[in-house]
Amino acid sequence: MTEDVIKTDVVIIGGGPIGLFAVFELGLVDIKAHVIDILDRPGGQCAELYPEKPIYDVPGLTVVTGQELTDRLMEQIKPFNPTFHFNQRVESLERRDGSFLLTTDMGAKFECKVVVIAAGGGSFTPKRPPLPGIEAYEGKSVFYSVRKMENFRDRDVLIVGGGDSALDWSLNLEPIAKSLTLVHRRSEFRAAPASVQKMFDLVESGNISFKLGQVTELHGENGQLTSVTVKAPDGSTFEQPVEVMLPFFGLTMKLGPVADWGLNLDENLIPVDTEKFETSEKGIFAIGDINTYPGKLKLILSGFHESALMAQQAHKYVYPDKKLVFQYTTSSTSLQKKLGVK
Amino acid sequence: MSPAAGSLDWKALQPANVMARITFIQKDGTERVVEAEPGMTVMEAAVKNSIPGIAAECGGACACATCHVYVEEAWRETTGQPEQMEEDMLDFAFDVRPASRLSCQIKVTEALDGLVVRIPEKQF
Repeated sequence: MTEDVIKTDVVIIGGGPIGLFAVFELGLVDIKAHVIDILDRPGGQCAELYPEKPIYDVPGLTVVTGQELTDRLMEQIKPFNPTFHFNQRVESLERRDGSFLLTTDMGAKFECKVVVIAAGGGSFTPKRPPLPGIEAYEGKSVFYSVRKMENFRDRDVLIVGGGDSALDWSLNLEPIAKSLTLVHRRSEFRAAPASVQKMFDLVESGNISFKLGQVTELHGENGQLTSVTVKAPDGSTFEQPVEVMLPFFGLTMKLGPVADWGLNLDENLIPVDTEKFETSEKGIFAIGDINTYPGKLKLILSGFHESALMAQQAHKYVYPDKKLVFQYTTSSTSLQKKLGVK
Repeated sequence: MSPAAGSLDWKALQPANVMARITFIQKDGTERVVEAEPGMTVMEAAVKNSIPGIAAECGGACACATCHVYVEEAWRETTGQPEQMEEDMLDFAFDVRPASRLSCQIKVTEALDGLVVRIPEKQF
């Protein structure tokens, strides 16, 4: 928990390509930004969904992968030295006199004059297996992440999945859990081969129980799991006793708390004007895939344009007494100084 | 007349793009037949025709498993087996069966004219 409030000009919610480029455009007009993202690294969808996939419509780059574009943007915004806050999601937005107070799920607080929502398709959240009644167990005996390992001490733990999260947590929780069972639909794993090898070693030594199958039903009472039904690849089913379950089925995008901030919404998108890309509330902007306006195209290049225009208006809020003179990076000495090239 | 006609290359006279008809069956039994152009993916055909239940969150990058379908038995050989990346991504799908495929990884060809796929109850 952070008790101190971080004071800054602008908070950018979302560290995808558009959030990153917003750092650049704001930086050119002397606005310092903090960037908050739920993922553990910059890039948003580009890093999470298609790091290796080619993008063909970023102007000037014939082809660029999601990761490469992220890396290039990180390089480009370096002179503006943004502060990143990863692994957290902005939960609440409070209006104060002339400023906004944002609080993340990690307890970090930010006071800023301008909020830029560049949250793309929403916040990446763990996928919830569509098992009947799972909601009742969530937070009590079904968890999608491990915040405190101690909560799993001396428990019968069931981990479901075959990726790195499933394998890493199997290995990390095995020493402290009473029992650890890993359920995966096949005997091949996506996870790092070294982790898979370690897991099989622990299966060999009797410390981890590995079962092939898919969980189909949950059993328990008052949020406390007692067992799950697992369907084996041959179609037969068996009951697996369990106290806590950790399903790891990857991430999906959800709009999340943004929906509760009192902004006008249009089918999970935030309507903005096309002059400033400001939302229904002064000082709160929405750029990139999360906004909507007549003719909107969810293209990275559109988001870049939106961030440039947003920055012009943000300048008015951050420096109400200063007049902004439009300049080109090619010829302006002052812009080149900011970029560290002069 | 008939000998000359016999020497015609009938194939060349056909329209360049023969559409393939694909049937999507929902969990509740509702069927929709759409026309897909060879070269596009079954996911793209679904999204283009607003077929419910094909979320395709990642837009076809084989990175999300939200375009999961079950290929009807008779079509499994023609559509083929998932490649490694797709099989890996199917780990993120729910209720995976031997007929499971990610529709973004099935390329439409003329040979798939008549293809039938079922949409799972939930895509997460």
